[in-house]
Amino acid sequence: MKNEILRFDNVTLTYHTKRGETAATENLTFSLNEGEFVAVIGPSGCGKTTLLSLAAGLMKPSSGSVTRHGTCGYMLQKDELFPWRTIEKNIYLPLEIKRQNTPERRKSAVELAKKYGLSDFLQSYPPQLSGGMRQRAALIRTLAMEPDILLLDEPFSALDYQTRLNVCEDVSSIIRSEEKTALLITHDISEAISLADRVLVLTKRPARVAFEHTLDFGEETRPIKRREKPQFSAWFEILWKELNI
Amino acid sequence: MKKEFSLEHRRYLAKKKQNAALVWALRFGILALLLGIWEAVTAFGWADPFLTSSPSRICKTIMSLYSDGTLFYHIGVTLLETLIGFAIAVVLGCAVALLLWWSETVRKVLEPYIVVLNALPKIALGPLIIIWFGTGSEAIVFMTVLVGIIVATLHMLNAFMATDGGKLLLLRSMGAGKLQILQKLVIPSSLPSFISMLKVNVGMAWIGSIMGEYIVSRAGLGYLIVYGGQVFKLDLVMSATFILCILAAGMYALVVLLEKVIVKNAES
Ligand SMILES: Nc1ncnc2c1ncn2[C@@H]1O[C@H](COP(=O)(O)OP(=O)(O)OP(=O)(O)O)[C@@H](O)[C@H]1O
Ligand SMILES: [Mg+2]
Repeated sequence: MKNEILRFDNVTLTYHTKRGETAATENLTFSLNEGEFVAVIGPSGCGKTTLLSLAAGLMKPSSGSVTRHGTCGYMLQKDELFPWRTIEKNIYLPLEIKRQNTPERRKSAVELAKKYGLSDFLQSYPPQLSGGMRQRAALIRTLAMEPDILLLDEPFSALDYQTRLNVCEDVSSIIRSEEKTALLITHDISEAISLADRVLVLTKRPARVAFEHTLDFGEETRPIKRREKPQFSAWFEILWKELNI
Repeated sequence: MKKEFSLEHRRYLAKKKQNAALVWALRFGILALLLGIWEAVTAFGWADPFLTSSPSRICKTIMSLYSDGTLFYHIGVTLLETLIGFAIAVVLGCAVALLLWWSETVRKVLEPYIVVLNALPKIALGPLIIIWFGTGSEAIVFMTVLVGIIVATLHMLNAFMATDGGKLLLLRSMGAGKLQILQKLVIPSSLPSFISMLKVNVGMAWIGSIMGEYIVSRAGLGYLIVYGGQVFKLDLVMSATFILCILAAGMYALVVLLEKVIVKNAES
C-alpha cells in the first residue's frame, strides 16, 4: 500500500450567512494515496467545491480534521489565465507567488509547456488561444509549481463536447506521465469512469461519501480506450443509479 | 512583416481609410460652418457683436492679450492650478481607494462619509476655502482636488472590488498574500479603469479650477471670464472660453496618448 497523502476525518463544514447556516459537508471521511487518481461525483450543489477548498486549505473545517502531506495545485472550471500576461508569464505566476522564480524553475516550467505542445503559444496572449489550449495552459501553470496533489474542479465543464474529449485525453496523459496524485471533481459520470482509479459518490447536501468504487480497468488509463471497454457501461449504470438515490 | 493582401481586403482597407477621412472632413466642415455663420450674422448686423462677440473679435482679443504679455500668464496660472489639482486628486484618490480595498472595516466605517462628500456640491465650501487658504492659487488647487478626489476614489474602489473572484481564488490557492494579490492581480486588472478615471478627472479638474477662480482669483482664465462678464466685455469671455476648450481637449488628448502607450506596452 502506498503512502497516504490526503485524509479527511469526520469533516463537517457549515457556512454562516446572515440568512442562516448551511451545512455543506457532514462527517465526510475519505483518503487519497500517493499516485492515485480519484474522481468525486455528486449532485449539483452538494458541496463538491467546498470539499476541494478544504483540501486546498482555503477554509478550516467546523469540526473534524483535514490532513495533507505536501503541496497542492488548484485548477478551476475556467482557465483563469491573466489576459495581460503571455502564456509563458502566466505559467511563471505560481513561481512568482511562491518566490521561487529562479532560472532553473522557469526553465523546467517552460520545458513542461513545450513537452505538452505549448511551444508555439508561449508568447501569445490567452485570448488568442482556443478554449482547449487555454485549459491545457492552465494545467501546465498548475504543474509548474510542482504540486504533490492536483485538485481539479470540473476543469472541462466550460468546454464544448468535442474539445472536452480531447482535453480530457490530454490532461489524463499529462497527469499519468507526470505520476501526479489527482482529486477530480466532476458532474459527468462518464468522465469520472474514463479518468479515475477510484470514484467517490457523494450524497446530497450535506455531502458525505455514499459509495466508493475502485475501477477495474487494469493498466488501461487512456480515456478513449476505456470508453470502448464493456465494463464502461456497467459502471455508468451503477454510478447513475447511486447518484439518483 | 509585410504581407500581400487579397484585392478584396485592399479594397476594404481603402474604404476604411476613405471613411476616416470623410469623418475628419465633416468635423472640420461643421466647425468652419458654425464659425462662418457666427461671423456672418455679426458682420451683416443681424446680431449685436457686443452681445454675441464674433470669431474675428475673439482673434483680435487674443492677439491683444498676447501683445500686452498677459495671455500666457493667465493660461499658465490656470493650467498649473489644474494640473497640480488633477495630480493630487488622482494620487490621493487612488491611495484612499487602496486603503478602502485593503480593509473591509475601514470601508464600512467610511462609507457614509464618502456618500455625503460625493453628494455635497463642493462650491458650498467656497467661503470656508477662502478663509482657510486665502485668495491665492492654493485655494483653487484645493477646490480642484476636492472636486476630483471623490470621483477618483469611487471609480478606483469600484474597479478594485470588481476583481474576478475565480482569479482571486486561484491566487489564494497558490498561497498568495494580500500584497501579492494586489500587485499581481488587482492593480493590473484595474488599469483600464484607471485610464477611464483619468479621462473623467480631466473634466473634473477643469470644473474645479474654473469654479475656484470664480470664487477667488486675481489671475487665470476663470478670472478673465468673471472679469469680462462684470465689465460686459463679451469678447474677453468668449476668448477665455475658447482657450479653455483647447486646453481641456489637449489634456484629454494626452490621456488618450497615455492609454495608447500603456496598451502597446501591455501587448509587447
Ligand atoms: N461562501 C459561501 N457562503 C455560504 N454558502 C455557501 C458558500 N459557498 C457555497 N455555499 C453553499 O454550500 C453548498 C455547497 O456549495 P458547493 O459550491 O461546495 O457545491 P458544489 O457541489 O460545488 O456545487 P456545483 O455542483 O454547483 O459546483 C451550496 O448550497 C452553496 O449554496
Ligand atoms: Mg462547484
